[in-house]
Amino acid sequence: MIRIDNICKTFIVGTHIVKAVDHCSTHVKKGEVVVVIGPSGSGKSTLLRCINQLETIDSGNILIDGVDISSRKTNINKIRAEVGMVFQSFNLFPHKSVRENINLAQMKVRKRSKVEANEKTDALLKKVDIEEKAHAYPSQLSGGQQQRVAIARALAMDPKIMLFDEPTSALDPEMVGEVLEVMLTLAKEGMTMVVVSHEMGFAREVADTVVMMDQGKIIEVGNPEHFFTNPEKDRTKLFLSQIL
Amino acid sequence: MLSELVKKLLWYLSLVLVLIAIGWGLTVMTDRIEYKWYWNRVPQYFFFTGNIEKFAAENGKIKIQKIDEKFSQVFLTYDNGTEESFKVLTKSLAFKDGDRVTDIDKVGELQVLSKGILIEGLITTLELSVYSSVLGIIIGLFAGLGRISKNPLIKGLSTIYVELIRGTPLLVQIFIFYFFLGTILEFDRFAAGTMALAVFVGAYVAEIVRAGIQSVHPGQMEAARSLGMNYFQAMSNIILPQAFKRIMPPLAGQFISLIKDSSLVSVIALTDLTKAAREVITSTFATFEIWFTVAGMYLVLTFSLSLAVRYIERRYSASD
Repeated sequence: MIRIDNICKTFIVGTHIVKAVDHCSTHVKKGEVVVVIGPSGSGKSTLLRCINQLETIDSGNILIDGVDISSRKTNINKIRAEVGMVFQSFNLFPHKSVRENINLAQMKVRKRSKVEANEKTDALLKKVDIEEKAHAYPSQLSGGQQQRVAIARALAMDPKIMLFDEPTSALDPEMVGEVLEVMLTLAKEGMTMVVVSHEMGFAREVADTVVMMDQGKIIEVGNPEHFFTNPEKDRTKLFLSQIL
Repeated sequence: MLSELVKKLLWYLSLVLVLIAIGWGLTVMTDRIEYKWYWNRVPQYFFFTGNIEKFAAENGKIKIQKIDEKFSQVFLTYDNGTEESFKVLTKSLAFKDGDRVTDIDKVGELQVLSKGILIEGLITTLELSVYSSVLGIIIGLFAGLGRISKNPLIKGLSTIYVELIRGTPLLVQIFIFYFFLGTILEFDRFAAGTMALAVFVGAYVAEIVRAGIQSVHPGQMEAARSLGMNYFQAMSNIILPQAFKRIMPPLAGQFISLIKDSSLVSVIALTDLTKAAREVITSTFATFEIWFTVAGMYLVLTFSLSLAVRYIERRYSASD
């Protein structure tokens, strides 16, 4: 479903050139849940952001369902509508109510009528268990509630793939559970997911594949079983011992 | 608690006293130069009563009824069956009751209330400010978006525009618009003045818009784009509404400045409030009175605008 082929992304910070993603290749199958782990600054968020072109890659290819997303012929807005993204800092639209947040792109991008959009929004709010807050504004919600709305907003586009960029790292500890629960449900329903996360419990329980990144490179790929019992690389061992 | 209140009251009282003292000081100083105040000369430049000659429309018969010492009511019954009635100055009447009139006859003079030159000037100033504000917002919005564009051509053009305008005096710009562009493109005075002010304020609006857009968290644009919205949809639905709320106060300040800056167009002989004032002074020599009056009139405009903005701001902030 997603094929990442030898991609590179460098940032110029002042006079330094930072290789955020350095010749990475991997793939994600339909229905697969991939959890990307690694120390901060290892390039895992950048890798994720490349998948829906929030960052443009310098070289290499990313194919989504066989379509090269960095090709000039590709309509990136169409691709993005198929790829849902959930951010660490939620990024809800503060001037719009919860319902408007979820309705907006359905109506503007998917061209649904207001009635259709409302129907979809109601169903999704029920799914993320936050029906009573439809008319609230984001600032009136807790972090966990905001993130659940953000997930509902992404799901409203009926995406084929969901990307999660550290969805629980900005949350108070007692709210992590409610967000992970929603993600767990999604995974069980067969959603294709790429998750950048430090939640090892989630990775262990839900992931089909775990990808370990360090200094812009993918250094180890395997199933959770492999990672948590018998990791190969010393860097992985060190990272896991620090985080667990 | 009570003493706090008393203290505050005392301060307000001293404010009033200081203002009175300043006013008294000014009076004393003008007395010393033996300036004679003629405030009674001012009102006629707001509104004045003038006489207009009134002619009969058809051949017919006239009937006159005296109202008082000054005015008479005239009833005209035309031969074609229509009627007309109006009030004229008695001493201007050219006919007696029962006379016949023809369609070229002057019947008498009407007295009408007309706008004085200060009101005319005020209207011109208002029109100038409104037209150039609207144009300026449009120019500023595009130039502001251009300033944050990644395209070097668009970015370069907007930057040059903003720097050129902010780096040269408005007075010089007005001359250039009137004498150079006005001659080439055949603008009239009003168009030249409006364009000059619009282009001038546009540069400042551009910077305010740019700052407003950049103050919206980049995650907002990313979230909108990640949902598949294009740049235009994201800007108009997500970024600009949030930016607009933040830039309301500086934008209002800019337009209040514009009302005041519009006084500079009087140099191209456009009869705005300031030019009107100068014309009145040449015929009345009531220099002090007129300038104080005109200052007050500008103050009414700017103060009502700032009140309106404060009201809108409160409405806006109530919505979230």
